[in-house]
Amino acid sequence: MEIVQLTIDNKKVVVEKGTTILEAAKSIGVDIPTLCYMKLHDTNFENKPGGCRVCVVEVEGRRNLAPSCKSTCEEGMKINTHSVRVVNARRTVMELILSDHPFECLVCAKSGDCELQSLAQNLGIREVKYQGEKNKYKSDESPAIIREMEKCIMCRRCETACNDVQTVGVLSAINRGFESVVAPAFEMDLDHSTCTFCGQCVAVCPTGALTERDSSSKVMDAIVDPNKTVIVNTAPAVRAALGEEFGMDAGTLVTGKMVSALRKLGFDHVFDTDFAADLTIMEEGTELLGRLGKHLAGDKDVKLPILTSCCPGWVNFFEHQFPDMLDIPSTAKSPQQMFGAIAKTYFADQLEKKREDVVVVSVMPCLAKKYECSRDEFKVDGDPDVNLSISTRELAQMIRNANLNFEALEDDDFDQPMGESTGAAVIFGTTGGVIEAAVRTAYEVHTKKTLERLDFEELRGMEGIRSATIDFDGLPINIGIAHGLGNARKLLEDIKAGKSEFHAIEIMACPGGCIGGGGQPYHHGDVEILKKRQRAIYEEDKGKILRKSHENPFIQKLYKEFLGEPCGEKSHELLHTHYYDKKKKIEI
Amino acid sequence: MAKFKNHVLVCGGTGCRASQGEEIVQNLNQVIEENGIEQDVQVVRTGCFGFCEKGPVVKMVPDNTFYVQVTPDDATEIVKEHLVKGRKVERLLYTDPETKERVSESKDMGFYKKQIRIALRNCGFINPENIDEYIARDGYAALGKALTEMKPEEVIKEILDSGLRGRGGGGFPTGLKWELTRKVDADQKYVVCNADEGDPGAFMDRSILEGDPHAVLEAMAINGFCTGASIGLIYIRAEYPLAISRLKIAIEQAREYGLLGKDILGTGFDFDVEMRYGAGAFVCGEETSLIHSMEGLRGEPTVKPPFPSESGYKGKPTNVNNVETYANIPVILLEGAKWFSSIGTDKSKGTKVFALAGKVNNVGLIEVPMGTTLREVIFDIGGGIKDGKGFKAVQTGGPSGGCLTEKHLDIPIDYDNLLACGSMMGSGGMIVMDEDDCMVSMAKFYLDFTVEESCGKCAPCRIGNKRLYEMLDKITEGKGTDEDLGHLRNLSNVIKDTSLCGLGQTSPNPVLSTMENFWDEYVAHVKDDKCPAGQCKSLMQYVIVEDKCVGCTLCSRVCPVDCIVGDKKAPHVITQDICIKCGACYDKCKFGAISIQ
Amino acid sequence: MTKVKSLADLRKMKEELANKVQLREKSDSPEKLVQVKVSMATCGIASGAKEIMNHMIDEMDRQAIEALVTQTGCMGFCHAEPTIEVTLPNNEPVVFGHVDSKKADEIITKYIIRGELVDGIIPVNYETVKENKND
Repeated sequence: MEIVQLTIDNKKVVVEKGTTILEAAKSIGVDIPTLCYMKLHDTNFENKPGGCRVCVVEVEGRRNLAPSCKSTCEEGMKINTHSVRVVNARRTVMELILSDHPFECLVCAKSGDCELQSLAQNLGIREVKYQGEKNKYKSDESPAIIREMEKCIMCRRCETACNDVQTVGVLSAINRGFESVVAPAFEMDLDHSTCTFCGQCVAVCPTGALTERDSSSKVMDAIVDPNKTVIVNTAPAVRAALGEEFGMDAGTLVTGKMVSALRKLGFDHVFDTDFAADLTIMEEGTELLGRLGKHLAGDKDVKLPILTSCCPGWVNFFEHQFPDMLDIPSTAKSPQQMFGAIAKTYFADQLEKKREDVVVVSVMPCLAKKYECSRDEFKVDGDPDVNLSISTRELAQMIRNANLNFEALEDDDFDQPMGESTGAAVIFGTTGGVIEAAVRTAYEVHTKKTLERLDFEELRGMEGIRSATIDFDGLPINIGIAHGLGNARKLLEDIKAGKSEFHAIEIMACPGGCIGGGGQPYHHGDVEILKKRQRAIYEEDKGKILRKSHENPFIQKLYKEFLGEPCGEKSHELLHTHYYDKKKKIEI
Repeated sequence: MAKFKNHVLVCGGTGCRASQGEEIVQNLNQVIEENGIEQDVQVVRTGCFGFCEKGPVVKMVPDNTFYVQVTPDDATEIVKEHLVKGRKVERLLYTDPETKERVSESKDMGFYKKQIRIALRNCGFINPENIDEYIARDGYAALGKALTEMKPEEVIKEILDSGLRGRGGGGFPTGLKWELTRKVDADQKYVVCNADEGDPGAFMDRSILEGDPHAVLEAMAINGFCTGASIGLIYIRAEYPLAISRLKIAIEQAREYGLLGKDILGTGFDFDVEMRYGAGAFVCGEETSLIHSMEGLRGEPTVKPPFPSESGYKGKPTNVNNVETYANIPVILLEGAKWFSSIGTDKSKGTKVFALAGKVNNVGLIEVPMGTTLREVIFDIGGGIKDGKGFKAVQTGGPSGGCLTEKHLDIPIDYDNLLACGSMMGSGGMIVMDEDDCMVSMAKFYLDFTVEESCGKCAPCRIGNKRLYEMLDKITEGKGTDEDLGHLRNLSNVIKDTSLCGLGQTSPNPVLSTMENFWDEYVAHVKDDKCPAGQCKSLMQYVIVEDKCVGCTLCSRVCPVDCIVGDKKAPHVITQDICIKCGACYDKCKFGAISIQ
Repeated sequence: MTKVKSLADLRKMKEELANKVQLREKSDSPEKLVQVKVSMATCGIASGAKEIMNHMIDEMDRQAIEALVTQTGCMGFCHAEPTIEVTLPNNEPVVFGHVDSKKADEIITKYIIRGELVDGIIPVNYETVKENKND
């Protein structure tokens, strides 16, 4: 390892060659302010266009100030991070950015969580001397994501997320100079583009330029409507992150408080999406075993590997980008849609309610779920199985609106029957979880033996692409896992090229899986937060008595009373779906 | 082969072609044929002669008669009088603006006297579409010499010793740049020619490519030999169609002769050149932006390092040089570093091509040795200021440069001197301003350009330049405040200090240098609500001087908004709140009765 | 088209192609060359100036004399046509009258090559020559 020695603010620093000035400064406790810069270790996300120029420092002997995020340390450098020249430049640049930014902080969705706002405060900007024309753009309101480009500061993080991490390629800078802005090609609306609504752009946007479509007021409208029975269900990743919105440490599990809050908000039935996750495993696992069985029997028409289909961002991705491979993913609906389908049939029947009087609300870590529930195939006579999908952040806002002291809430339990779930369902919330849950069930169904060891460490972790071979009692099953659509693309290209050896692959659109979803509390670039959420998820799994989906008594009851058998006729009608070639649908 | 006794060289540069240069050639050929002297006379389309002010230019060889402002109709007279009878067509000769004498040969014209043509040596001399003429002028001999008789290190040493520095503006030593690319190990390297000339008013690169395309190809091949690159890419803006077509012809011809392609001159060296077209973004003259644009990405810069010499086109080591830099290479190899370095100043060797524009008598393309003074360029070559007005300032370095004044006129032009006076060499734009030019408006003009051309990547350039422009606009509108002047200076300095690439790092130069040299004008705009040059419309008005007005009514008749009233033979009055300050009345009045206040 | 196979090839080719631009190169530095101006007004042409011009060009070419032959207007010596003006490097111009091909050869061998004066010189003062040159 080659090292270099330099001085930062008169302090000697020794760092590895290639270290940026920003990192070197951090190592001695000097936090140089940044704005466009963002790096998420473990997830292949690094954005440092060197565009905002807020992190500039003075390097002795250089004519211009240097962006510390992009400049590497060199032997003997003398750096000043807060000279009069630097501070004046930084503040002036900040004023410039603010001079082309709407002063709507009081009513902005991002207020309080906005990196631009907090930086302006840190720098003590009290007036903007350089005033002038501000850019105006039409707002773009897709079912999931809202773009208000007046608030864009051209940090380009969304571009990095969309192009480099997700390889979706919808967002890029267009126009030039003062009019430059990040947008889909030809400034088309997101809805018309190949956007997957994964929401990773929203997750990294430092300002309110990219936000979710807020449905919380519609949820409240339904709750107060005396004619409606409002059912809520919460995804596994929500309970591992919601606490952060109320100042709790990342990774604090708040399942009980969340249930309590939902009940206080007035939902008639508080259920768990995990119930539907167990149901998903029953269907998907059965489908896997079916396809595997036929494949092993020599049926050439059977396509392997089977790919998971519970992530709607991922579904959008392959519908747009790999329309010739629509027959490979499992036909099983996502847990959200399975939940809706059962809630509006089986459960509505139990309540003796008409489906249109039942409102299903899901709380998701995800923005693509908002789009998913609006898809036509998930409606019956125009009535969606899931009426509204709100994000973790929106739920937090509802809780604040209701003046609930979240931290002080007593723990509460989900309602039955659709609140019961196993540990297998909980781990749906992280990358590797779905396939681990599927293995737990498929193993036992296939081998008719009891699994001794439930924790498949080999399937866990944060690596973008992981693989493992699981011994199904003599039958080696090759499992692949990818999170982040860029990684998914690699596996898909392999399949296309006939190079894939996998029998089953789990794919999650968001880096980290649902814990890193576009609807989660903002991580602001701290990847440790994702890891803590992941640990919380596995912890919850460990604490469960039942940890295999097929052991969920209410699932067993559901099949017995209503569905018949997994992948049976009724299941196919309610729990399976089909995919569309969306390549042709792009309109400009 | 017929041996022609006369060559008629017709300028085929974009400027002269736009003034019917092509028709002149056709007519000449036709009349020559009618007079039966086609065996004796050859009409040649050449590249630019540089004297664009007086184009289209036709030069008669061997007597070197230089005809200016020729029209297609003049062809008959040129042929019948000059070629048949041997009599010069007097009326087409250049008239010296000072002595009023007709000058028949270019070498006696002030415009050409102080020029030394190295980069432009073949422009206006050979037919750029004929490789034979280039070879006849020692073309490809430098490449042959390098490949056959020299090692890459030796060639680079020669370039280093010659003292040649990048002509695109930066002034980085060319030999050093080649050496940096050479040093890097890679399976593929690239040689790039930066032909994305973008300064307003600059056209030296275009003229070289139009007039001597082979020189650039030859130099690129030499560069490839030195750096270990087998592919050359010419990044040229699509709005240079003539340069593109001549380059294409040149590439084709060079390939046919085996001077591009595999095993060049039997030396085993492979090199070929491809074209890449740009959409004409100024920022794509910056090398990292240029490379991104060639890769099909958005034309915007990235922070250096890494330099293109380490990681350039497609991540491979890439050597980017400007057109004019390349045009110097073959001559340096043939004539030697010693010869080249004998021209110029201590740290800037050789010559520099400038596009001389603005309020000078002789607008055009010139090439002078480094060290020539601005005074020589503007007054000797440029023929002084138009219409006998007073010289005020000269902007060098285009929108990235600064404006220089009377006190800078005797400074020898070179990279370092220009930088020291707050301007820069740039790619060679030189715009001369006279007493009627308002310096605040001038700064505004350049800012308008940089605001348009900023790529938008970094905040100071994207927003800062816009704000500078807005403040300058406010000042020219007479709405500026003392505070604005302070803000203007601070913002300019911050933009320079913090911008990502050369565009933003230099874009405030016109503001800073005009503030430095013409502070009084800024103050006059802000404090006295006056534009000393009388150019800012908001700060001036046309007024009829009662004593001088005879009431001829001409002014009121030409006024497009009918704001001038008055009875016949009685003094007229301009209604100020309707007046749009178009100046039509001012131009028309025969009695000097309309004054600007 | 044939490929240029070596540097030697290229150099040979250059020599062969040189005449393409030679005239232009010469015209840029005439003071270093023998300059011959042939009076080519109506009177000159009528008395055979054109043939003399061709003859001079061919002959000097054959003898490899670096010369620049141009035509000029009437020199004012109509009585002595065809007339030619010869300027040797660093010498004052000399005008010869009644030039036929024989005389031309004599001028070449004696005056141009050896610098010896030949009969037939028309005495002119410098002024006249200069004045007429701009015709």
